[in-house]
Amino acid sequence: MKLIKKEDLPGLYGYLASAGKKIFAPVRKNGMVSFSFTSAFEEIEMSYIQTKLSAKAAAFPKIEKLMKYTIQKEGQSYEPYDVEKFPGIVVWGAHPCDAAAFHPLNAVFTWETHDKYFTRRLENLLIIGLSCTSHDEFCFCTSVGVHPGDTKGSDIQLTPLPGGDYLAEIITTKGEAVAAAVPALFSPAPGLNKEELVTSVEKRFDHEALHAKINGMFDHPVWKEQALRCIGCGACTYVCPICSCFDIQDEGGIFGGLRYRCWDSCGFGHFTIHTSGHNPRESQDTRWRQRLMHKFSYQPQRQEVFGCVGCGRCSRNCPVDMNISEHLTQIMAV
Amino acid sequence: MNKLKEKAKELLSSRAVQVVVGYEEGTGGKIRPAFVSRPEDADKLLYNADCHHNLALYLYKHETKRIGKMAVVAPPFVLRSILILTTEFQLEEDSLVVLGVTPEEELIEFANFKEIETWVNQHPIGMKEKDREMLNRLNAMSRDERWQFWQNEFSKCIKCFACRGTCPMCSCFRCTVDYNAPQWISVGSHQLGNFDWHLMRAMHLAGRCSVCGQCGEACPMDIPVHLLSFQINEDIFKMFGSRAGLTLKKESLLSTWKSNDVENFIR
Amino acid sequence: MSDNIYQPYVMRIEQITEEAPDVRTYRLRFTNEEEASRFVFKAGQFAEYSVPGEGECTFCIASSPTRDYVECTFRKAGRVTGALATLDEGDTLGFRGPYGNIFPIEEWKGKNLLFIAGGIALPPMRCVIWNCLDTRENFKDITILYGAKTVNDLVYKQELKEWEARPDVNLVTTVDPGGETPDWKGEVGFVPTILDKMAPSCENTIAIVCGPPIMIKFTFPVLTKLGFPDEAIFTTLENRMKCGFGKCGRCNVGTVFVCKDGPVFTYAQLKNLPAEY
Repeated sequence: MKLIKKEDLPGLYGYLASAGKKIFAPVRKNGMVSFSFTSAFEEIEMSYIQTKLSAKAAAFPKIEKLMKYTIQKEGQSYEPYDVEKFPGIVVWGAHPCDAAAFHPLNAVFTWETHDKYFTRRLENLLIIGLSCTSHDEFCFCTSVGVHPGDTKGSDIQLTPLPGGDYLAEIITTKGEAVAAAVPALFSPAPGLNKEELVTSVEKRFDHEALHAKINGMFDHPVWKEQALRCIGCGACTYVCPICSCFDIQDEGGIFGGLRYRCWDSCGFGHFTIHTSGHNPRESQDTRWRQRLMHKFSYQPQRQEVFGCVGCGRCSRNCPVDMNISEHLTQIMAV
Repeated sequence: MNKLKEKAKELLSSRAVQVVVGYEEGTGGKIRPAFVSRPEDADKLLYNADCHHNLALYLYKHETKRIGKMAVVAPPFVLRSILILTTEFQLEEDSLVVLGVTPEEELIEFANFKEIETWVNQHPIGMKEKDREMLNRLNAMSRDERWQFWQNEFSKCIKCFACRGTCPMCSCFRCTVDYNAPQWISVGSHQLGNFDWHLMRAMHLAGRCSVCGQCGEACPMDIPVHLLSFQINEDIFKMFGSRAGLTLKKESLLSTWKSNDVENFIR
Repeated sequence: MSDNIYQPYVMRIEQITEEAPDVRTYRLRFTNEEEASRFVFKAGQFAEYSVPGEGECTFCIASSPTRDYVECTFRKAGRVTGALATLDEGDTLGFRGPYGNIFPIEEWKGKNLLFIAGGIALPPMRCVIWNCLDTRENFKDITILYGAKTVNDLVYKQELKEWEARPDVNLVTTVDPGGETPDWKGEVGFVPTILDKMAPSCENTIAIVCGPPIMIKFTFPVLTKLGFPDEAIFTTLENRMKCGFGKCGRCNVGTVFVCKDGPVFTYAQLKNLPAEY
């Protein structure tokens, strides 16, 4: 357990920037706090409850070029973008929910085949976590196996102290390398109880009990009731730190263009539509059911990861207040 | 609003309708749409000035229609939307009971759509002050400044289509952006694709927008997309002297040809 | 070829066969010898076929792995198949694969095989049919029941003649009532009806079925009635796909991804899947 003084944080930022890293941190802009690439320490907002978009874009951006294609008389060719050229990124100030989310995300992108675009970014990613000293009514991390001081996924974890300094836990070898490079910034920590410093989020349900229960609920009428107000947009999917569904599109001219991938959502009406017109999920309740069952039933069964970290972004950003912890609590009660 | 709850209970108990679409309290005091099928649940229905969702969008969705006949709690902008949707063959009068609610929290039981048409013409809705101010500011900008403004706003767009989802007038079963042959509008979030989407949508809403502002309200990235439609609305009023949602005539402003159409663009 | 799972092989179209209205078969060769020598696939697997600028689409590899070429058969239905249908011999297309699971042919050795296909669903079966015919000695009786809407809609017309002529294959072809021509010598009736009429024995027999949803819906009960256990009935599913390897999320049905855990499933497995395909 170490200590970083408030005035030494810019030094840490400076070191990472000079090491060629791009620093992805919460920035307050246009009235909201969201992860952005920064060029100066002063841009960073260190005290926030939750950002608008999650940090997943550091490894899985909203739009990503996969390859260039060319169409010539002799034939066609595909030239993938060189993933080796991806810069190292530091996710600075990710709350435990966001840091923990990279694990289930990774489970998808390395499931038997390795998606280099993602894995290369993740290999070069350094995550500086930030324990939570406050929360709001949308947070429910403790119900899904995460907690406000959790270090899962972080390389270095900072916990705010009342005076403005930070406790620093060096978790991984990546974190150790950084601490070793700038040892002057880290001093021994006073004997402090981290538990007392972080906020306490009341547990609403037990995630294993939820998993066991929801497994058998495919035909339950609760989905029809819950999904009535859902408008079928992708807001919940896109702000979620774990959702990873994507589309692949080609855009270009006669002689060539670009194949890219972009975020997609199982909530959209035409996500599963066949060319024949047949749509396996024709009504919003089947799509709402897919969202919840994929996160809490199917993904845990197949990839042994839970599809939710309780960050609450889906609920905060939903235009019609589809509050997921409320829905899950209702599911536990039926 | 007790009268509203009582009326809803009555409609449900007598089976005059199978579901009442209204508003209820959500998380942290936020208001959200409500669907009440049992008379005893009618107590959660409320109406006040914070009720902003345009409930007309649920009235033609097959997920709501399959419950049965509907009653809808309708503030003025929902009444306008109902009229627009009726002129576009999306709603039928006998499938709906309309419970008008006013900003003064009165309940109006409309006997038919003609009464709605009369009422909305007597009670025009204006833009909210902050939206009018924003439009004035935008109009005072130079073209370049305005371009910069929207470039900045659209760079935040994540193509979640919440704006489309929350709009009753976005009623197409298959949206333009859902077609892939050709892919008229890009689904990815990049500069050109984002402009394409928002400008195309604004044009598709031209002459049809009920000025409820929900598209901007729904946007998770706080992009004021509603201002595009608001501005077009003002332009259309200047050009044609009409606003959407004030008539039951099955005529669409921009796609119904009239012999006295002004054609000064043909030189 | 890089280890980039999104990068297609470039294949040249060596031969085009017009099978039926809007249905074509392309025989493909790798443009890169090295890639060709390393390429291996098994019957049942599919690929993502790429027309740059239009996109990718999913269909099975319709040729047997016992041959030295790769073939695909598709019907012009949407954007990418529409673009594919404009290509000529000598043109190139992209090919990503092979993906998916396989027909467990090894386990079928010594058994009778009953292939049942309808319309454009013969192509996914053709790979396994030829694979079995090319190793004919491994199996006992082989019966193929194939039907289409009309005589013209039958695909692989040349191969149907070959199969008909073989003494070691029992081929029954049928067209829907009203689809026959005056000189049609095969059966007339929907595939499930003809199957019922044929009443093949389920003894030591594996049934492999592929067809449009409506045909499958009525064929499974006939097989069950004839005594086929659920584990002995195989089919290959379709679902909307994009990546082909379980990441983009589209083909997820319950705990299964059709692109990874399928497309080959037994009837027993299908019964455990939610009806979302």
